[in-house]
Amino acid sequence: MSENNINITLDVWRQDGPADKGRFETYEAKEISTDSSFLEMLDVVNERLIDDEKMPITFESDCREGICGTCSLMINGQAHGPNKGQATCQLHMRTFKNGDHITVEPFRAKSFPIIKDLAVSRAAMDKIQHAGGYITVSTGSAPDANLTPVPKEAADMAFDAAACIGCGACVAACPNSAAQLFTSAKVQHLNLLPQGQSERWMRVEQMVDTMEDYFGTCTNHGECYEACPKEISLDFIAFMNRDYVKAKIKNRKLAGQN
Amino acid sequence: MTATMEPSTKVTSPRLDSKVPETDDIANMWENHKFSMKLVNPNNKRKFTVIVVGTGLAGSSAAATLAELGYNVKAFTFHDSPRRAHSIAAQGGINAAKNYQNDGDSVHRLFYDTVKGGDYRSREANVHRLAEVSVNIIDQATAQGVPFARDYGGLLDNRSFGGAQVSRTFYARGQTGQQLLLGAYSALNRQIESGGVEMHNRKEMLDLVVKDGHTAGIVTRDLLTGEVESHSAHAVVLATGGYGNVYYLSTNAMMCNVTAAWRAHRKGAFFANPCYTQIHPTCIPASDDHQSKLTLMSESLRNDGRIWVPTEFDDSRMAKDIPEGERDYYLERKYPAFGNLVPRDVASRNAKTVVDEGRGVGPLKNGVFLDFADAIARDGAETIKAKYGNLFDMYQNITGENPYERPMRIYPATHYTMGGLWVDYHLMTTVPGTYAIGEANFSDHGANRLGASALMQGLADGYFVLPYTIGDYLADKLGDGIVPTDDPVFKEAEAQVADQTNKWLSVNGTKSPEHYHRELGKIVWDRIGMARDQNGLEKAQDEIASLEEEFKTNVRVMGDNTSMNTELEKVGRVADFFELAKLKARDALVRNESCGGHFRVESQTEEGEALRDDENFSHSAAWEWHDESTEQTKHEEQLEFKHVKLSQRSYK
Ligand SMILES: Cc1cc2nc3c(=O)[nH]c(=O)nc-3n(C[C@H](O)[C@H](O)[C@H](O)COP(=O)(O)OP(=O)(O)OC[C@H]3O[C@@H](n4cnc5c(N)ncnc54)[C@H](O)[C@@H]3O)c2cc1C
Ligand code: SF4
Ligand code: FES
Repeated sequence: MSENNINITLDVWRQDGPADKGRFETYEAKEISTDSSFLEMLDVVNERLIDDEKMPITFESDCREGICGTCSLMINGQAHGPNKGQATCQLHMRTFKNGDHITVEPFRAKSFPIIKDLAVSRAAMDKIQHAGGYITVSTGSAPDANLTPVPKEAADMAFDAAACIGCGACVAACPNSAAQLFTSAKVQHLNLLPQGQSERWMRVEQMVDTMEDYFGTCTNHGECYEACPKEISLDFIAFMNRDYVKAKIKNRKLAGQN
Repeated sequence: MTATMEPSTKVTSPRLDSKVPETDDIANMWENHKFSMKLVNPNNKRKFTVIVVGTGLAGSSAAATLAELGYNVKAFTFHDSPRRAHSIAAQGGINAAKNYQNDGDSVHRLFYDTVKGGDYRSREANVHRLAEVSVNIIDQATAQGVPFARDYGGLLDNRSFGGAQVSRTFYARGQTGQQLLLGAYSALNRQIESGGVEMHNRKEMLDLVVKDGHTAGIVTRDLLTGEVESHSAHAVVLATGGYGNVYYLSTNAMMCNVTAAWRAHRKGAFFANPCYTQIHPTCIPASDDHQSKLTLMSESLRNDGRIWVPTEFDDSRMAKDIPEGERDYYLERKYPAFGNLVPRDVASRNAKTVVDEGRGVGPLKNGVFLDFADAIARDGAETIKAKYGNLFDMYQNITGENPYERPMRIYPATHYTMGGLWVDYHLMTTVPGTYAIGEANFSDHGANRLGASALMQGLADGYFVLPYTIGDYLADKLGDGIVPTDDPVFKEAEAQVADQTNKWLSVNGTKSPEHYHRELGKIVWDRIGMARDQNGLEKAQDEIASLEEEFKTNVRVMGDNTSMNTELEKVGRVADFFELAKLKARDALVRNESCGGHFRVESQTEEGEALRDDENFSHSAAWEWHDESTEQTKHEEQLEFKHVKLSQRSYK
């Protein structure tokens, strides 16, 4: 074995379909290059399974650069694995040691039904976005981009929220399967900007109400933040809650007076 | 050095009507043309159904805008959400001729730079329109809440990008693509919520359906259940991205593929300039055979990093042990004026030359050094960190090496495809009623794309061009129903898709689709990569054909057709890559000139620069499909340059 290669043992969740009960299966992943990424390691395991005429492990990924939010996985019980501020696709095998035993499971949450093996449906997150994750501005109706200056601090803050990649790790990490971190990032990205003010109160109400239709209740554990590959701040949850309460008591007909 | 072109005696194929308005007034061409096109009145728009396949920047913006106008839109993506499209990964920025920096930018300059950057192989009329609407994109995106970088006065900031002498690039940290896509996706969400768009996630288009020469709809496969379905419409818009993954390794997302465009090609849409591919010079080299994709490092690194290799062949010393006198800063040596900042293609080709000579660095000897030691000594590590900190971190995360202490290793990788479905000025393919927008079409970048221009083009097409031009086609169809999905054309197409799927499952060979994709990629990279010659291209054709034969009889597709099966998804995409690769080799072979990203070894200046042959190749090549046993026919669209002067590049 070359010095850059390691042998590991994987316990992988296998589930043939949504209705299947599912089980763990153990695989020896031998001679894995420490330069490869975690998902490339799974690619190698899969090619070997196919060589043995066995079903490869289904998992999802696309950009493999930590931006599309497609990859998932609970690795040793942690959403996106052990490294802070990284998505699973950015995790490299040099994080592990020869002989390590690694458990690989899908993101588990009531609102993320398992499709197959490690692939889950995160469609419920899109529903929250449909409910108000936009600013109403039809194509062609926008004023010149520099008409309204946006203070840099406000723009930067909105950006910090907008950096969310919609991966759902926050939900998977939460003991209650709550989606507060994701929803707050989406609400506050728009609510913090001048362009987002007209629909601010309606947006927060609709998005939070939709979130509650699908996801659990937040009890301030903070696990979401620990798991988030973009380190979205918990402050956004506070901002969202503040906006939500205000929205409930606001007379929107007077919103123009602010 | 400047050369003027003799008026060409060559003529455009009668099958390629570009629909470019006949006027010399390019500045007002689009405005006037919008007036002359037929309109569908607002109340009638809901009588039309339009299918949009693909929900990246081009598709999301088109679907949302068409729905805003009142059309019935059905949108499709194989992703689980529109937000995951490959557009999300774009880093650097988006161009627009806003001239906010007051540095002399204008629509004409952006137009000029883009035509020149494309090495005079694009259609002037389209590029001018692109430059015109670029300014509207920034307005639209800002109003949607896209958080572009701002200065302390709260106004939008710009940076400059390769190939331009003005600062016209708008950016959003290193995630311009994600922020623009989130904007377009939010517009799409509004339409999904209001019922204007019927959104179909996780459905892959596997055929275009044409009846009596006109578009009838598409056939899709549900990626969760395997169900094959027909969808009928008055028009189909393909916004399905580029074909860079024909190289296997590229900076594209893993799932990018040519299938939608290719199936349309087989139904009559001509495929143009497949040999045009952009290879990006600054990517992280592959670390081993199991490398699944390559990561782009921002080009901005070349502003401070110095590129070099050892003068000795097969030198295995660490960079720090190689004395100054035994280093070859080959770009600075060969191009004293531009040095490390030569354009993408020149930087890429030179890296290939030194690696091929056996002077590559790293464990696999497959890279060149990008060294920041001088910059750190000059400006201090803190300054360099402030500029490039996130890129250095990304590099260290991937390679395990600390670029503050040792030089980075970089190597070129496939990045973008300028070729694609041929479209006219209306963005319609040669199949009436089928349109192609974004990276899927061939339109605006000629033989080479300038940085920050793909996002611009995708959004220009989707927000501001297609929504107008599609009306011109639909207006004549008022009162015409859509072809019912139980029509024999749909049933036949469905049967074919189902049949092909079952065939793949029953080959029962020994090697995975991934294996064949990787092997195909090696041939395409070696022979139709950064430098191409007749001998290699002829060999490529044979090699691809024989590997394809083996693939068809020896591929092993595990699993079934009734649940999620990524192997099954993959095998069909690889099959289409094989067919594309063959056409790519032919296109590269018959284009016996160098231009932009297409470098024919036989056609270079004494300085080793790409040498165009305007006399014979000032055209786009659009290929017509016949059937599997007949080679495609080539059609030429002659390119006329009335508003820019042709010149030969020189970076000495
Ligand atoms: C790493 C990287 C960085 C880049 N940076 C920049 C930059 O800074 N500036 C710039 O201007 N450009 C950049 N580019 C290029 C730019 O990102 C792309 O050209 C552009 O985003 C393509 O957009 P699109 O909408 O045409 O296609 P895509 O975003 O690729 O979208 C394709 C869509 O089609 C769908 N689809 C495809 N086939 C099917 C099918 N058969 N059935 C159903 N759906 C299908 C997909 O699901 C997806 O929704 C970069 C590219 C890369 C790889
Ligand atoms: S908040 Fe973080 S963990 Fe949650 S979806 Fe967004 S990026 Fe993922
Ligand atoms: S695969 Fe895109 S974020 Fe991991």
